[in-house]
Amino acid sequence: MTEKKLKDQGKYQPLSYFQLMEVSLRELLVEKGILTEEEIAREVETMRGRGYERGTRVVARAWLDAAFRERLLRNGTQACEELGLEIPALKLLVVENTRETHNAIVCTLCSCYPRVLLGIPPDWYKSRNYRSRMVREPRAVLAEFGLVLSEAIQIRIHDSSADMRYMVLPMRPAGTESWSEERLAGLVNRDCLLGVAVPKGPND
Amino acid sequence: MSESRFKPGARVKVLKAYPLGHVRTPYYIRGHTGTVERVCGEFPNPEELAQMRDGLPPQPLYRVRFLQKEVWPDYRGSAQDVVEVEIFQHWLEPA
Repeated sequence: MTEKKLKDQGKYQPLSYFQLMEVSLRELLVEKGILTEEEIAREVETMRGRGYERGTRVVARAWLDAAFRERLLRNGTQACEELGLEIPALKLLVVENTRETHNAIVCTLCSCYPRVLLGIPPDWYKSRNYRSRMVREPRAVLAEFGLVLSEAIQIRIHDSSADMRYMVLPMRPAGTESWSEERLAGLVNRDCLLGVAVPKGPND
Repeated sequence: MSESRFKPGARVKVLKAYPLGHVRTPYYIRGHTGTVERVCGEFPNPEELAQMRDGLPPQPLYRVRFLQKEVWPDYRGSAQDVVEVEIFQHWLEPA
């Protein structure tokens, strides 16, 4: 092989330990007939295609329907199922932002995330920087996201350390009183659902 | 099933222990005292699951609320700021 051909193929990188484990496990599952390549590919596609829209729908409904909001805060999983969202095995805790309290989510141990509701987590959520600093100096981290909170507001950080998964119910922005559910959902993005941002209304 | 020993509002202290293996109690919270925020239910013990055992009987899991100023003496922020962590019952003792 000539020097040029090698360059065209990019730099050779050996598999990391975890990549090798993933390939080995996948090949074994296929070889033993537990899963097929097609099933694995389909599931990967489904996971990749999932966004955070389901989360925004839940928030918009809670803003419009006080009884739903109450059920959501009491039992997040059941309330989501009411909306026809299939969230198998998700033990969802919804935490509500108020004028007095701001909530944000982190998993310091790994990167637990309510994927069935919010899709694939962003890279920063999995970074050591976010995971270690969000419990240690949350106000500094939030400021880096552009969210500066007054000392009068209590910050509640939720470390998703075991079996529960979390979603933040942000405050509904002022000036959206007559808005439809769909339009309200459009105000909410992934960062709002994790508590590193707040939705902006027409008056903000 | 194991009975839950602590009720919401109870003061609890996290064991300061360092066992080997897969443990879901973050290092930074071991040895600290907080308040039970809620009982989350019962879940198979992850330390056992990681050893390919069934993790049964399931263990009560709590959300415990800690004041940031107590966890990090040099914490910068409001004295009311809190961090809430999920902790299994066998990691807690009455405070």
